[in-house]
Amino acid sequence: MDATQIAIWNTTTEAVMNMVKSASDWITFAIDAPSARTVVFGVHIGGHLFVEGLLFVVILFLLSQKSYKPPKRPLTDKEIDELCDEWVPESLIPPITEDMKCEPPVLESAAGTHTVINGKEVVNFASANYLGIIGHEKLLESCTTSLEKYGVGSCGPRGFYGTIDVHLDCEAKIAKFLGTPDSILYSYGLSTMFSAIPAFCKKGDIVIADEGVNWGIQNGLFLSRSTIIYFKHNNMESLQNTLEKVTRDNKRAKKLRRYIVVEAVYQNSGQIAPLEEIIRLKEKYLFRVLLDESNSIGVLGSSGRGLTEHCRVPIEKIDIVMAAMGNALATEGGFCTGSTRVIDHQRLSSSGYVFSASLPPYLASAAITAINILEDSPQLITNLKKNISILHKGLSDIRGLEIASDKESPIVYLRLRKSTGSLKSDQQLLEDVVERLLKEENIFVTTSKRSTLDKCNLPTGIKYFVSAGHTESDLTKAYESMKRVAAKVLDGGD
Amino acid sequence: MITIPYITALTTYFSYGLLFAFGQFRDFFRKIFDWWRGNNLQGYAPIVLGLEDFYTRRLYLRIQDCFGRPISSPPDAWVNVVERVSKDNNKTLKRTTNVSRCLNLGSYNYLGFAAADEYCTPRVIDSMKKFSPSTCSTRTDGGTTTLHTELEECVADFVGKPAALVTGMGYATNSAILPSLIGKGGLIISDSLNHNSIVNGARGSGATVRVFQHNTPSHLESVLRENIAEGQPRTHRPWKKIMVIVEGIYSMEGELCKLPEIVAICKKYKAYVYLDEAHSIGAIGKTGRGVCELLGVDTADVDIMMGTFTKSFGSCGGYIAGSKEVIQYLKHTCPAHLYATSISPPAAQQIISAIKVILGQDGSNRGAQKLARIRENSNFFRSELQKMGFEVLGDNDSPVMPIMLYNPAKIPAFSRECLKQNLAVVTVAFPATPLLLARARICLSAAHTREDMIKALKVISSVGDMIGIKYFPAEPKKPQLEDGPVKLD
Ligand SMILES: Cc1ncc(COP(=O)(O)O)c(C=O)c1O
Ligand SMILES: Cc1ncc(COP(=O)(O)O)c(C=O)c1O
Repeated sequence: MDATQIAIWNTTTEAVMNMVKSASDWITFAIDAPSARTVVFGVHIGGHLFVEGLLFVVILFLLSQKSYKPPKRPLTDKEIDELCDEWVPESLIPPITEDMKCEPPVLESAAGTHTVINGKEVVNFASANYLGIIGHEKLLESCTTSLEKYGVGSCGPRGFYGTIDVHLDCEAKIAKFLGTPDSILYSYGLSTMFSAIPAFCKKGDIVIADEGVNWGIQNGLFLSRSTIIYFKHNNMESLQNTLEKVTRDNKRAKKLRRYIVVEAVYQNSGQIAPLEEIIRLKEKYLFRVLLDESNSIGVLGSSGRGLTEHCRVPIEKIDIVMAAMGNALATEGGFCTGSTRVIDHQRLSSSGYVFSASLPPYLASAAITAINILEDSPQLITNLKKNISILHKGLSDIRGLEIASDKESPIVYLRLRKSTGSLKSDQQLLEDVVERLLKEENIFVTTSKRSTLDKCNLPTGIKYFVSAGHTESDLTKAYESMKRVAAKVLDGGD
Repeated sequence: MITIPYITALTTYFSYGLLFAFGQFRDFFRKIFDWWRGNNLQGYAPIVLGLEDFYTRRLYLRIQDCFGRPISSPPDAWVNVVERVSKDNNKTLKRTTNVSRCLNLGSYNYLGFAAADEYCTPRVIDSMKKFSPSTCSTRTDGGTTTLHTELEECVADFVGKPAALVTGMGYATNSAILPSLIGKGGLIISDSLNHNSIVNGARGSGATVRVFQHNTPSHLESVLRENIAEGQPRTHRPWKKIMVIVEGIYSMEGELCKLPEIVAICKKYKAYVYLDEAHSIGAIGKTGRGVCELLGVDTADVDIMMGTFTKSFGSCGGYIAGSKEVIQYLKHTCPAHLYATSISPPAAQQIISAIKVILGQDGSNRGAQKLARIRENSNFFRSELQKMGFEVLGDNDSPVMPIMLYNPAKIPAFSRECLKQNLAVVTVAFPATPLLLARARICLSAAHTREDMIKALKVISSVGDMIGIKYFPAEPKKPQLEDGPVKLD
């Protein structure tokens, strides 16, 4: 503070003092009552005490007042009318772009290993008919019997006379096949994941999921409102770090339910989850495991029992196994299997099970028959494994493309060696390849497509679904044609 | 609106209170027992915590034999109900080989397509042989067959919209379509009694969800006005879009949607209308085209029409119908189209054939007869029930008619007594209905004959007397009948 400020300060203080003094004097004078000179408990009640008392009252009064709020005036009806009139909604959908208009090829016969498109017979690599049992005689026979006996639909959810004896037989069959105590059928593959997950994961629970999981799982996780943490795709180091961090940071973690969610064979990449390592981590950090076996049941393991058999892990170690039956089993619907407690809980808490009509009985019959076929003919699995390795080898040195999938995965997944820089032009390039394969080479394969709602950001690619029903010449044709087309289309690309 | 008698409310509360107290009592001893035995969780948190499954353990398990009864026949007018036994006080039920032949008042088999049909079944089996039960592929990959394209054209034509998209499950249709249509910054205004699939879809979309009083257009209007004026929460920016979601027939109430009023309000406030016709498509309307046809609403005024094939058509799957652009967009974004196995070809054929029968394109008038029958049956059954003094909910012409039970003890009593007299009925309680409003639900079918209905009425009447659910005097003034808004030309 410099001198002038001090001076100003002093004068101000002085002025205030004077004012108070004169005011008290004035009041003393004005009242000049006997009380002004009274002495209470030895204290002279002078005028200034009176002023202090007054100030005290004023402060109390001010404190008792609410803080200032602008007066609340609700909108009048007229104002609301105006607002409603002014409001312009966005259109229901964004403008249609050219790529939304493309239509998928239409099949004119069953989606077996060979099918008919535009009147031409093509080799089908677009159906996850891993065991090649589409059109299998036994399958058609059991469906015919079932359709004649039960009709098509079940006309009700499981709780309300929608439970048909074949459903119970099918659940028992699946449990017996996989060696679990019980299982539960869902009426649609997709709904299995987004219903079963929220039945177990609730608000506050911790879920560690692979970033490459399919949309059904993503949706289930979102609906569960749990705390979700993603780890790097199929990267066990990342999983371990995440588990470590979560357990360390969250003191309450021990009291919460904790889950790891992985897929056996990833739909989005064809990678296979290293189950031994996941089990080791799960047991170390005490997490439960939810495993999606949609693309591994009927494929992996010496008898097609899935990833657990493939990795020689007892299935009891996996708490909840889910799978869609629209792949190797060549039917529809899905199931979840595990301990009796896990299954019984879903029968009342799983929304897609409780609130939806049950699986059409003929599809349950088909599932039973498919498992019977699988058990009766182990060569299906050997064939499939042989076919996978032939195609994997054949496709391993394609110009401009590399294999992203595991060498035992039934989905052989090719992605661009070098991205063009944008997802859209990558996709366009891949679409070109696929289109030429169909038109010029009569090979039907597809690209992986991503919905705008899908959070997975693994690169897109071309998928070959290998089947036990493909012949060697089919496979040779498949990779030879790919070599030719890739040479034409991708040459200019890089 | 349901007005529950005072004394009934009191006894119902008392019953639930008693059940709750006993449940807690047992849980208490169970806890002591568990503690003494030591737990076997080995460091994992239990799959369900404390009160999460209290209702299941202590209330549901006692009466679980009334739900999920297996059948060993198609869900037609008569079904074979498989008997079950329990050796542990109803905690687990074992199937036996005994069946009892029961009249089925539970399945959503409105038009009687559940059982084998002379026109549909041969075609279904042919399609199954031609296309196999599954395509093992998604619609955008290799799962689109000629049958699928035919089905979509057929459905679009039937519901009266330019285009349609079909998926393999009704539930997934709702829960995967809603997130594709609306997202953050959008507002969903949903009827308070909408189906769980809609609730799930709305929640999954990330849009703000508001609820209006069940089937009350005036409340819908005030919710709309308030929300448009307020804008988005906290930021107060205007909403991107508003979607009002209603159902054609409410499956737990049997009520028809007040669609004309709701559509008018949505038009006035520029909100999009999403109509779920799961129970109404095929079942009502002069040619079975659902609630729009019955109530005279132009389908062009309903932006998104959704429905399922699990009810009237006796198949499986769901559809979305809308403008060409909307369907094109959905085919590009909807996860149920991109990631789910396409609808099973024989099921698709069943739908196509059923629609042909309904429209008389099979060369017979069986479809028209079925439609006339379901309407007659529903109105007959409803009025007879009301005459007997039951409290029956819902509107005329609706094939769904709930009978109020209220008291929790009356749920198993009604269900078991009816089953004893060979009548398969559905009872619903919390959480599908509010706690106090437990009910039995009758779903009629065109497959029921007059004799079937008379038998059913006899049984229901005698059981009703036995357990005391005739809350009105016989032949009452029938207040519900007067305000039923619907009369077909
Ligand atoms: C966790 C738990 N505790 C206890 C019980 C059964 O208890 P009580 O034997 O007292 O009916 C059950 C039965 O389902 C249960 O799940
Ligand atoms: C209104 C409504 N929407 C959707 C569904 C689900 O249909 P689905 O049984 O085909 O899954 C139902 C079924 O009960 C329903 O009542």
